[in-house]
Amino acid sequence: MTERYVIAIDQGTTSTRCIVFDRRGQLVSLAQQEHKQYFPRPGWVEHDAAEIWRNVERLAPQALSRAGITTDQVAAVGIANQRETTVLWDRRTGAPVGRAVVWQDTRTDTLVSTLLAAPGAEQVQHRSGLPLATYFSGPRLTWILDHTPGLRERAERGEVLFGTMETWLIWNLTGGLHVTDVTNASRTMLLDVRTLRWSAEACDFFGVPMAMLPEVRPSVGVFGTATAAFPGVRIGAALGDQQAALFGQTCFTPGEAKCTYGTGSFLLLNTGTELVRSTHGLLSTVAYQIAGEPAQYALEGSIAITGSLVQWFRDQLELITSAPEIETLARTVSDNGGCYIVPAFSGLYAPHWRSEARGVIVGLTSYITKGHLARAVLEATAWQTREVVDAMNADSGLALTTLKVDGGMTADNLLMQFIADVLDVPVVRPLASETVSLGAAYAAGLAVGHWPGLGDLRRNWHRAAQWMPAMDPGGRDREYDNWRRAVERTFDWIKPA
Amino acid sequence: MPGTVQSIERAAAILRMLAGGTGRLGLGEIARSLDLAKGTTHGILRTLQGVGFVEQDRVSGRYQLGAALLHLGTSYLDINELRSRSINWADPLAARSGEAVRIGTVLEGRVLVVHHVFRPDDTFQTLDIGTLLPLHATALGKVLLAYRSAGPVGELERFTRRTVVSPRELAAALDEVRAAGWAAEIEELTPGQAAIAAPIRGYGGLVVGAIGVSGLVERICDTRYRPHPRLVGYVRDAARAVSRDLGAARH
Repeated sequence: MTERYVIAIDQGTTSTRCIVFDRRGQLVSLAQQEHKQYFPRPGWVEHDAAEIWRNVERLAPQALSRAGITTDQVAAVGIANQRETTVLWDRRTGAPVGRAVVWQDTRTDTLVSTLLAAPGAEQVQHRSGLPLATYFSGPRLTWILDHTPGLRERAERGEVLFGTMETWLIWNLTGGLHVTDVTNASRTMLLDVRTLRWSAEACDFFGVPMAMLPEVRPSVGVFGTATAAFPGVRIGAALGDQQAALFGQTCFTPGEAKCTYGTGSFLLLNTGTELVRSTHGLLSTVAYQIAGEPAQYALEGSIAITGSLVQWFRDQLELITSAPEIETLARTVSDNGGCYIVPAFSGLYAPHWRSEARGVIVGLTSYITKGHLARAVLEATAWQTREVVDAMNADSGLALTTLKVDGGMTADNLLMQFIADVLDVPVVRPLASETVSLGAAYAAGLAVGHWPGLGDLRRNWHRAAQWMPAMDPGGRDREYDNWRRAVERTFDWIKPA
Repeated sequence: MPGTVQSIERAAAILRMLAGGTGRLGLGEIARSLDLAKGTTHGILRTLQGVGFVEQDRVSGRYQLGAALLHLGTSYLDINELRSRSINWADPLAARSGEAVRIGTVLEGRVLVVHHVFRPDDTFQTLDIGTLLPLHATALGKVLLAYRSAGPVGELERFTRRTVVSPRELAAALDEVRAAGWAAEIEELTPGQAAIAAPIRGYGGLVVGAIGVSGLVERICDTRYRPHPRLVGYVRDAARAVSRDLGAARH
């Protein structure tokens, strides 16, 4: 019997990757290609959707040949994608209309403050489970329709289509299927997060013609068969990248949570089939939906700046030459020396959602060295995690007992220990570091019966490392109090014009 | 403030002379130029030769700067960088071998564990990053010794009846490591435990660390008490993959 494989397309913010996984969930081969980042104005971030699709076409044969396999050995392909990035294209020609507007883009800030004051804003936020913010695709779509002459009319006639990245890729993979999955749809502000259907009220509020919206499908279930890149292979799944990481960490039971530490960090807690409305600054989002089953929901704590604070320390302050050296520098001192850094570079996300906040370094004295600053940089990631975990515990009424982690920053041993210390729970890293891709592969394989059930996936999960809390409670409380006072000092920095 | 160390000042002077000279210099020339006794000069040159800062031409017996000195600025690799760069290869090694993985470098005459991946069986295990292990009684340490990442060890402490404690035996074992390209340790540190390790090379092929698996001797070794070739293959593949990522030339 020939071994069969599952392929994940991980369409990320800076690069696209195709990864081949074997039946045990082990990485067999990887092909990766970065794409160009366009910064036409301060605060604007764009991608060329056509370039991204070309990259997928180029990476597909590379990943296959590196694994030494052909498409007939591939059981399914799954997609995990950067969320909230907005793509428009012409239904007839398939050509993108303008560049894709990326999730980090803040061009909608004035629009968002106008919309916040508009009638129905409360209702739209409640229905979508999301706070009105520049982060989500709905306001972005409004902005594009407002700023491109004639576009709204063409969209109303169904000539121009909207999608997030997975919609764009599936359209191209299948030669014209216009679909999205519930996780990606739940990040637009246009979806009724309960009924999992597009909300007519929300579309009206944002001025978005419903004719341009893709059909909403479950995340796990066959979307169609590819005719390009992987011809003949079924597309078994599509999920937003953070939801894919939750799936890859096999957090299938309510109460299970993971945090992915990358440029930003995203903590998702499975809340089961129940939609939990946050009263503590978290997002209510869809975790995944298996075809024929009710959707599973998640509470999400999104932290904008974690790994990118280390990058800032490296590239802007030039105190280290590579990101991992932050740990070496931090270990030259035994504590933060009373110094705290709150990286509110573009305001604060969860649980504060303060767009007028800006970063601070507090507690500076002549005693402070670059070693203390390095510690403060790492501690900022841990304390931001603590704030999000506290909000989750308060919202869900459950106390987190273990934190599963993944992402590049898990290589930082000092940071992982400090997170265990400030959360006072064990922090566990799984044996597969590529959890985003793995989650997409798992979901796709599950859809086509390559893996019989969630239990089989769970058995592939193994603990690679564990950090146990070892901080005295008094010290932890004192430090947390200092951190909170530092956070307060970031508020109200940007004054309304 | 403590005083300066005279022999280090003299060594520095010798290195400057060799760096400034037009070619190789003989012992007599160096001793005369620096107004030192030949015996003293010879002792310093031998020490510098031992750490690779000076090389002696086999035919003429004259001295020149050593290759290690040229690599001094580029071979330094931050241990946290080493962990970060090897994490994607250490995980598959643990998954394939079913054993715990460790990566080590040298710190003050011992092996410093810089990365540790648990044996993937979900039993309770404790991270031992930061632990120091003896060089002569571990597979990781033997690799580091064999490729001169570590200086010569002093007294060879005995841990089990299989620990190599004779300098001559150790030298022979290190020769074998260099010939084979990997090292084993079978019940030399802890009875019932065995390990396999291979070198991680950085820029210019310089060995900057070692990666290996360890576990129960009956799992690591075959019935002939030799490491399973399959495991040796996994360890060497992982070592090569990390080395490639670190920019080592092909070896």
